[in-house]
Amino acid sequence: MSDVIRRDPRAEWIARNRLHPLHAAMQPAQTSWMGPNGLMRKVVHGIGFIGPNGIKRIDRSGAQQGGAVKRSAAAQVQLPLHQVAQPAFYIAVVPDMVGGRLSSHDRDLLGLAHSLAGKGGAVLAVIFGEHKETAFETAGVDRLLVLEGNEFSGYSPEQRVQGLRAVDNQFGPKHWLLPDSRSGGGELGRRFAASLGERPATRIWQVTDDQCIGRAGAGREDLARPAARLILAAAECAEPVSETRHEALPVELSTAVARSLPRIEDLGAVAVDPAVIPMAEAEFIFSGGNGVKDWDLFHRTAAALGATEGASRVAVDDGYMARDRQVGASGTWVTARVYVAVGISGAIQHLQGIGACDKVVAINLDPGCDMIKRADLSVIGESAEILTALIAAVEAYRNGAKRNAA
Amino acid sequence: MPPESTSVSVDKNALHVISLVSIGAHPTSGRPRRAEQDARAVELGLQLVGDNLHVLHAGNADEPALRAYLGMGLEELHVLEQPAGADAVPALTDYVRESGVQMVLTGSQAETGEGSGMLPFLLAEALGWPLVTGLAEVESLSNGVALVLQALPRGQRRRLKVRLPFLATVDNAAPKPRQSAYGPAQRGMLAVEDVEIAVDELLTAASLQPARPRPKRLKVIKGKSGADRMKAATAKASGGGGQVLKGLSPEAGAEAILKLLVEEGVFK
Repeated sequence: MSDVIRRDPRAEWIARNRLHPLHAAMQPAQTSWMGPNGLMRKVVHGIGFIGPNGIKRIDRSGAQQGGAVKRSAAAQVQLPLHQVAQPAFYIAVVPDMVGGRLSSHDRDLLGLAHSLAGKGGAVLAVIFGEHKETAFETAGVDRLLVLEGNEFSGYSPEQRVQGLRAVDNQFGPKHWLLPDSRSGGGELGRRFAASLGERPATRIWQVTDDQCIGRAGAGREDLARPAARLILAAAECAEPVSETRHEALPVELSTAVARSLPRIEDLGAVAVDPAVIPMAEAEFIFSGGNGVKDWDLFHRTAAALGATEGASRVAVDDGYMARDRQVGASGTWVTARVYVAVGISGAIQHLQGIGACDKVVAINLDPGCDMIKRADLSVIGESAEILTALIAAVEAYRNGAKRNAA
Repeated sequence: MPPESTSVSVDKNALHVISLVSIGAHPTSGRPRRAEQDARAVELGLQLVGDNLHVLHAGNADEPALRAYLGMGLEELHVLEQPAGADAVPALTDYVRESGVQMVLTGSQAETGEGSGMLPFLLAEALGWPLVTGLAEVESLSNGVALVLQALPRGQRRRLKVRLPFLATVDNAAPKPRQSAYGPAQRGMLAVEDVEIAVDELLTAASLQPARPRPKRLKVIKGKSGADRMKAATAKASGGGGQVLKGLSPEAGAEAILKLLVEEGVFK
C-alpha cells in the first residue's frame, strides 16, 4: 500500500449522516474534557486532521470530518459527577449484594435513596464482607462503608444487626432503606427494626414526599402511610440512577462493632436433589426437545451436571418427559440463570418461557434455528455425540479437581 | 388419617410446640379462610409432635374460618380474645413466656391487615429467643439443640444449628398442609381466654385502600444522539451477540459448554 493519504468519501459521508449506524464509532477522538479539578483539559496535538495533500488542516466550523484517528468503540460518555462535600444528612442503604454484586433490586433502591437525599444528603451504602462490585460510582453511592471481618461472613443476621446499630449510632441516617427480598434484605431489615424498636414501612413500592405506599396483607390492599425511618422497599420501587456519577468515598466506623454471641450457627449449604427443585425457581436447567433421540443419555448427562431437567412441548407430547417438566407458554415460565437447550429449535412459545434466563446454551444440528439466535453459546452438532463428550469432560473435570485437592 | 411422616427422633411428650395461626383471605375473592402459611406451620407442628401440638390464635374467636385449623385433626384451639385492630404482640409474649414452650412456629406474613411480617421478629425480640426464618424441615432435636434446614431462594437449603427454645417462621418451602375435614372442624373445641387489649396505633395515621396495579416499567433509551436511539429502536430484541461454534469436534464443543457452566458457577 502506498503512503499517500487519500480522502475517504465514505467516512466523510458517514460523518455527515448522524443517523448512520457507524456515525458514533467513526467520530474523531475526544479532544477536550473536564479534569478532576474542574479545569478543561485539551489535547492540542489531536486537533485537526491531515488533509489529502499531507498538510494538517484544522476545521473550526465544528464539522470536522474524516482523516482523524478512528476509534473502534462507541464514544465513552463521561457522566457529570455528583459531589456531596458536607452531607447535611445521610440516607443509608444496605444492598443485598447477591453473589457479591449489586442486583437490579439494589440499584432501584439506590435510585430511591437519591430521590430522598436530594441535593444536600449523601447516600451511604453499607456492605458486609467481601464484594466484587466495581460500579458503585455509577450506581449512585456517595459514601461506601464496608464492614469487614469474619464475624459477618456466612449467615450471621444477629451480628449484622449489631453492625447496623453501630452505623446508626455514628451516622444517624435520616432513612434506612433495605430491599424487601428473600435473599437476605427482608429478614435483616425486620431484625434491625425489631432491635431498634421502630416500626418499618414494609413492601413499599412508591415513595412520594413524606408519604409511602406499600402492599398490605396478601397483596389485595395498599397501605398508604407517612414515610417511616426504616423502609423495606419492593423491587422496581424507583428508577435506578443513570444520569450522574458519584464519588463512592470510603468511610469507616470510628468504634468497633459489638460482638453478639451467635445463637444460630451456620453449618453451610446442603446438597439438594435437583429433581425436587421446582422448575420455576431452579437455577440451572437442562432441557431436551425433539432433537434428543437417546433419552437415557440425556438423563445421565443431567445427573452428571447436577441440573434440573426440563423439556419442550414436543418431548412432553411424545411421552419422553412428564407434563410438569414442560417449559414454555403452556408449561412453566422459568427463571434459571443458565438454561441448556438440547435439540430444541426454539418455537416462540418456548422462547417466551425462557425469557427471564440469563445465559442460554444451545446444542442443535440446525445452525439457522431460532434458539441459536437467542443463545449466548451454541454448539452445532449431533446431540448424542456432544452429550457423551460432555459427560466425559465432566468426569475429567471432577477427577482433575480431586487430584488438585489431594 | 394421614400417615405419621415424622422421621425425626423426637420425644413427643417432652417437646412442647406452639403454632400461631391467623385468619387469611382468599387471594381472589377475599373471603376468610385458613391462612396458607399458618396452615403449613400447623402441618409442620403436627408432623413434629402429633396430637401434643398447641395451636394459638389472637383475635376474634367467633370467626368460622378459624375452625378450618381444627379440621386438620386438632382437638382444641386456644384463642386470646381481641377485637380487630388490637396489637397481638404483648398478649402473645405473655402467653408464650408462661407456657414453657420450646418451639414456636408461625407463618411469615399475615394475609389480612398490614401483613408486614414483623410479628415473629417482635416476638423473638421481646422473648429474647433466636429466630429462624424460612424453616423447611427439622432434622433432629437433642440436648436442647435443634438442627434445622432453612429454605433459601431457588430451592436451596442451608443447615442451621439453634438452641432451644426458639421461634421459627415457615414459608412456602415447608410441607404442604393436610386437607381440613368438616366433621372434626365442627367437633373441635375453642378455648377462649380474655387478655388485656393494647391498641395498635398504625391505622390512625395510615389507611388501607384497594391495591392499585403497579405501573409497568418502561424501557427508556437514554441515548444522547439520534444514532444511538435509532440503533436501540431498530435493533432486534434478542440474539446476535451469541457465540456459535460450528464444525468443531464434539469434545471441543463439550469443553466450551463446560467452561461456561463453571464460569457461571452453576456447575460445582
